[in-house]
Amino acid sequence: MASILRIIAQRLALGIVTLFVVSIVIFAAVNLLPGDFAQLILGQGATPEAVEAIRQDLGLDQPPITRYFQWLAGAVQGDLGNSFAQANFASFAGTDVGTGQGSVAAQIAPRFENTMFLAGVTAVIAVPISITLGVLAALYRNSAFDRTANILTLSSISSPEFFLAYILILFLAVLNPILPSLSNIYDGMELSDRFIKTLLPALTLTLVVTAHMMRMTRAAIINLLASPYIEMARLKGISPMRVIVKHALPNALAPIINVIALNLAYLITGVVVVEVVFVYPGIGQLFVDSVKIRDIPVVQACCLIFAAAYILLNLTADILSIISNPRLRHPK
Amino acid sequence: MNIFIAIVLWLAAIAAAGWVFRFVGQKVTGNKPLFRDMSYGVAVGYILAAVLLVWLGWSYVLSRSPDQTIANKYFFLGKAVEGFLLFAASAWAFRIFGRNVGSAGTRKLFRSMPLTASFGILTIIIYAIVAIFAGAIAPYGQEEILGAANVVPGGNPAMGGNPDYPLGTDQIGRDILSRLIYGAQNTVGIAFATTVLAFLIGATLGFLAATLGGWLDQLLSRAVDVLMAIPSLIFALLLMTIASAWAGSEKGLLTFYMVVIIAVIDSTRVFRLARAVGLNIVVMDYIEAAKLRGEGMGYLIFREILPNATAPLLAEFGLRFCFVFLTIASLSFLGVGIQPPLADWGTMVRDLAQFINFAAFAPQVASAPLLAASAIALLTVAVNFVVDWMLHKSSGLKE
Repeated sequence: MASILRIIAQRLALGIVTLFVVSIVIFAAVNLLPGDFAQLILGQGATPEAVEAIRQDLGLDQPPITRYFQWLAGAVQGDLGNSFAQANFASFAGTDVGTGQGSVAAQIAPRFENTMFLAGVTAVIAVPISITLGVLAALYRNSAFDRTANILTLSSISSPEFFLAYILILFLAVLNPILPSLSNIYDGMELSDRFIKTLLPALTLTLVVTAHMMRMTRAAIINLLASPYIEMARLKGISPMRVIVKHALPNALAPIINVIALNLAYLITGVVVVEVVFVYPGIGQLFVDSVKIRDIPVVQACCLIFAAAYILLNLTADILSIISNPRLRHPK
Repeated sequence: MNIFIAIVLWLAAIAAAGWVFRFVGQKVTGNKPLFRDMSYGVAVGYILAAVLLVWLGWSYVLSRSPDQTIANKYFFLGKAVEGFLLFAASAWAFRIFGRNVGSAGTRKLFRSMPLTASFGILTIIIYAIVAIFAGAIAPYGQEEILGAANVVPGGNPAMGGNPDYPLGTDQIGRDILSRLIYGAQNTVGIAFATTVLAFLIGATLGFLAATLGGWLDQLLSRAVDVLMAIPSLIFALLLMTIASAWAGSEKGLLTFYMVVIIAVIDSTRVFRLARAVGLNIVVMDYIEAAKLRGEGMGYLIFREILPNATAPLLAEFGLRFCFVFLTIASLSFLGVGIQPPLADWGTMVRDLAQFINFAAFAPQVASAPLLAASAIALLTVAVNFVVDWMLHKSSGLKE
């Protein structure tokens, strides 16, 4: 047990180091911009005095390393700076005292919650379906069912998300008006209503994620079927379904859990396109909007959040696969 | 809520029919092994498949019905069935063609080929032809603004179409068919160039890291680790923000920056593979012999390692092309990728997407954005089918 804690601590430390380096990369990339923020905010006709004033106000006259640590210190405390678009010049004129209106954190917080809700709904739908289908495909391998599933999953993995999204909109929202095609989520909505509105984007993501998880489940189980203990179970006369569920599945759990965590990581980042299609007010949509209007602080913050979620889930995948595999738990 | 009740009732009916099917089969055939050993799940599976097939066939019939509202509702399913059958038939014909024409080697290749792979190869060939000869095939120019805007696809004047523009025109009057054809040139061409660039960077650095080892290997590997820790689409969007500030109002330059950005991001994945493959090759005796002969680094990488790493790199090239292609399409769809006036499928989907809402009354109108989206999907699916077949063949997985 001590060794497992040590491994987990090691991985965690590695993850934090990675996140730290990633934050440097993001900050450095943004600072490659020609001109500077002040010029960008004021636009073409700015007077040098005004530019200088804003530079001082934002602390842009300090060296990059100082600014990086200030930004990092702020980010750790949940203060991600002020959004350019929302900033309105009141905050620069000093009249906006502590309302927090234009702060990036205030903008991101509700959207982050929405994105988590979408990812959660998707995971709840996708994980059971993909594991069931994967087990069935492994059970009836090389049958017509398996081949059809193979072709369908390969197609849905390789299609762009917006294609799947529009196909679903076409059939489930336009031709057969079952679900709403716009996900206008707002505060104080009833949970059931919110769930219905989230369902279509969640189904789109489910299609993408399920295909991958199902293929991995099938492959992980089939990999094991050649092992001697499966042969033994078969010779005992156990039914094929029982062989797979009782004997193969527990041993295939490590790769399956791994792929589930990786797909959840994909969910957090892959939501961008889907959120845009369904106008879902999540963090991905905010990110794309900010990219278009070059709202640097928001882009920076969103990027950091996505990277953190991605690293965290990859880390979880690592740790879970160590926990679920005794051979990794007791390295020789 | 009605629809959910309907689904539950249908499932219950299928479950019951499965039991009846097995029971009747056992009685009628006098307990033939097929029915005697059939598990309940398999029986339900047969019924489910039968119901799906009948439903598809029936919707095809309905899509041809004289009643316009019903025909409209099943228009897309009908087209999907038609398209599927057409693709299957042409893939089958292509396989027969390949089995009888060509050298002994290619004929042997086609004999063991599954239908999906032959479909993939046929599709890739067609896309390549369309992309290369786009200027000759397309009836109009990609930036040419023609007389009428928003002409309905289908070419039927009674429904707002125009036989001159078989797929209609877009919101500012450009011919959609021409833009789709030019899209093959732009989207596929740019994606291809990006992938080639990514491979040049990634494979060269990867092999270099594998042969030299030491601090260079450590440095490159750690740098790649960091870059891969940021999700690629997010990183691409971040860098595109910066690139758009750099490029200013020059749209062409922005497209060039996009190629470089995506190539660099994707080269990290190529680097990983090239390094891993290279490490396995570097320890071989013939590399040792070449080193003792006093061959230079260039000779080692390009004459000794590269030929032995072609197979895995080729499969990776197909997959990488799909990822790059999808990334570019997604960026364009989000509005920061390939810039107008270049015709591009992702941008077309975004511009025409609102017409999907007219599907219930005028299915032809709604088909324009779907055509652009399916042009993207078709190519990536085709490449994936071919890569899947190649991997299956080379891994010797026959099960």
